[in-house]
Amino acid sequence: MTNIPWTARLALRALRANKMRSALTMLGIIIGVAAVIAMLAVGTGATMRISEQISSMGSNLLIILPGSTTSGGMRMGAGTQPTLTYQDAQDIPVECPAVDAVAPVLSGAAQVVYGRQNWSTVVTGTTPSMLYVRDWSLSEGRAFTDADVQNATKVCLLGQTVVENLFGDEDPYGKIIKIKNLPFTVIGVLKAKGQSAIGQDQDDTIFIPLTTAQRKLFGTAFPGMVRIILVKAKSTGELNDAQDQITSLLRQRHHIGPRQDDDFTVRNLTQMMQAAEQSTRIMTLLLGAIASVSLLVGGIGIMNIMLVSITERTREIGIRMAIGAKTWDIRFQFLMEALIMSLIGGTAGIATGVGSSAVLSKIAGWPAAVSPFSILLAFGFSGAVGIFFGFYPAYKASLLNPIDALRYE
Amino acid sequence: MALIETQEITRTYQLGDVEVNALNGVSVLIEKGEFVSIMGPSGSGKSTFMNILGCLDKPSRGRYLLDGIDVSTMGRDQLAQIRNRKLGFVFQGFNLLARTSALENVELPMFYAGIGADERRQRALEALGMVGLQGREAHYPNQLSGGQQQRVAIARALVNEAPIILADEPTGNLDTRTSEEIMALFVRLNADSKITIILVTHEPDIAAFSRRAIRFMDGRLISDEEVS
Ligand SMILES: Nc1ncnc2c1ncn2[C@@H]1O[C@H](COP(=O)(O)OP(=O)(O)OP(=O)(O)O)[C@@H](O)[C@H]1O
Ligand SMILES: [Mg+2]
Repeated sequence: MTNIPWTARLALRALRANKMRSALTMLGIIIGVAAVIAMLAVGTGATMRISEQISSMGSNLLIILPGSTTSGGMRMGAGTQPTLTYQDAQDIPVECPAVDAVAPVLSGAAQVVYGRQNWSTVVTGTTPSMLYVRDWSLSEGRAFTDADVQNATKVCLLGQTVVENLFGDEDPYGKIIKIKNLPFTVIGVLKAKGQSAIGQDQDDTIFIPLTTAQRKLFGTAFPGMVRIILVKAKSTGELNDAQDQITSLLRQRHHIGPRQDDDFTVRNLTQMMQAAEQSTRIMTLLLGAIASVSLLVGGIGIMNIMLVSITERTREIGIRMAIGAKTWDIRFQFLMEALIMSLIGGTAGIATGVGSSAVLSKIAGWPAAVSPFSILLAFGFSGAVGIFFGFYPAYKASLLNPIDALRYE
Repeated sequence: MALIETQEITRTYQLGDVEVNALNGVSVLIEKGEFVSIMGPSGSGKSTFMNILGCLDKPSRGRYLLDGIDVSTMGRDQLAQIRNRKLGFVFQGFNLLARTSALENVELPMFYAGIGADERRQRALEALGMVGLQGREAHYPNQLSGGQQQRVAIARALVNEAPIILADEPTGNLDTRTSEEIMALFVRLNADSKITIILVTHEPDIAAFSRRAIRFMDGRLISDEEVS
């Protein structure tokens, strides 16, 4: 004898009779559901962004950094000594079978000028293989060649941010810009890549031939020095092999004895990023779990109000029992009230959650991904909360003694 | 077989250390179609007796047979079903559901009987017509006079065609004229529809409408006589 529409109508009427109270009770669920949705959305967004960054960084990437050196008994900090050279970079793909390609980098900040516009950016001296290593392509023009590197020509590739700031709507191709007052010809424009894992704008960059950077822009006392070397392994499975091969090659090339520490560091970027992605996933789950605590609190609010309501309506329950309501008629009636509150609250919470994740992502510049799964989950969860927390009050109501209930003042 | 038979029923309340016998060994036989009034001073156990007859309460000792069946053997839901099908209640305080129209109040017992919406509505309208409340179907209890509210309650008691109506001081809150109208309604239901009516009252004028009067005193039945 479960007449759902009739019972639902009855429940809605009871809820309307106490509008403010019902609304406040629902608010608990609304906040809980909205929090779950928003937290999952922000967390999922973060995970997605890291995944994007992993692929924007280029795949199967290792990075070789200059390490600490010991000179005259003094340990110098990592990266303070010039230990990596262009020659190192050139030997690696030849000697290490697990390595696909390398891109040495010597970079520095520089002021660039075009016409009356000027912009401060990172100028990266590198080799043509950079584009391949970073899985980067050009939107216009051509890349520089090995010949450009050999002859230290003054040509450059511009990142999108630099193009926007120097040229606006103008076509940069073939134009001459000045980097540290030296004229460079723009021979190509890089495709947009977005932010890096540490929030840097990857498009705010200029690529020039490595030798040009070494000789004309960032000249140091150590000719042939490079700042870092990017390495692309042949496959994900060969990342570790590549790391080992590079390490032994560089130790040999740098004449490092068996008891001495490396004067360089090889890092597995892909692995680092994957670890970051993993921890973001865990953070998402954690946020979701914390948010669902508030949903739980909302559920307790429902239970509380239902208990109050049942006390207030003891007489009504008595009347219903006197005219023939059975145990489950009473239970179903109050369960329905709890369920309707939690489902209305859940629906409003989903709307609020979707809305606030949109606002959040606008403000934080952080993508927020509301998945249909999390909506379904939130809806189902709020329904379950309603039934779970509504059951005890409904059960209690159904076990009242009819005559006591009727006499209740 | 009598419609209602109580055998030595006793109802004991525990008040602290004291045991109060609200009813003390009451045996009564009531046949189908009777119109019985129950009288007695305040606290003599009339309501206690009615609640037991109405399957809202159970005797502490003794047996209560309704249609020959011992009610004490039944579970909650069976009792609910008996209240729904066999018994109609009319209370002194009306006991209508607030914020619920007259029509819906009358439909309620049929809902718990599992009757479909169309039939429910049809029969509720008929019952309201029978108690003279045509045109008031949509009114809420707080928009009706006491007499009208009691008529709604009577319509609700009638609507499932219960063979027994139990009325505990149904005119207690009404003025003399309205009381007489309500009593006339009971008399008609008893005469025309052969509904068994058991009614508690303090007033001899009201008891005079019945055909048999039972008196209680201190939980005991002290007299049981025909009304002349
Ligand atoms: N729930 C209860 N707990 C304890 N004692 C009760 C309870 N209900 C009734 N009693 C006692 O049982 C006795 C009979 O009460 P009952 O309500 O049956 O009287 P009554 O005849 O209906 O009186 P009235 O005419 O005033 O309605 C009274 O002494 C009353 O105090
Ligand atoms: Mg009484």
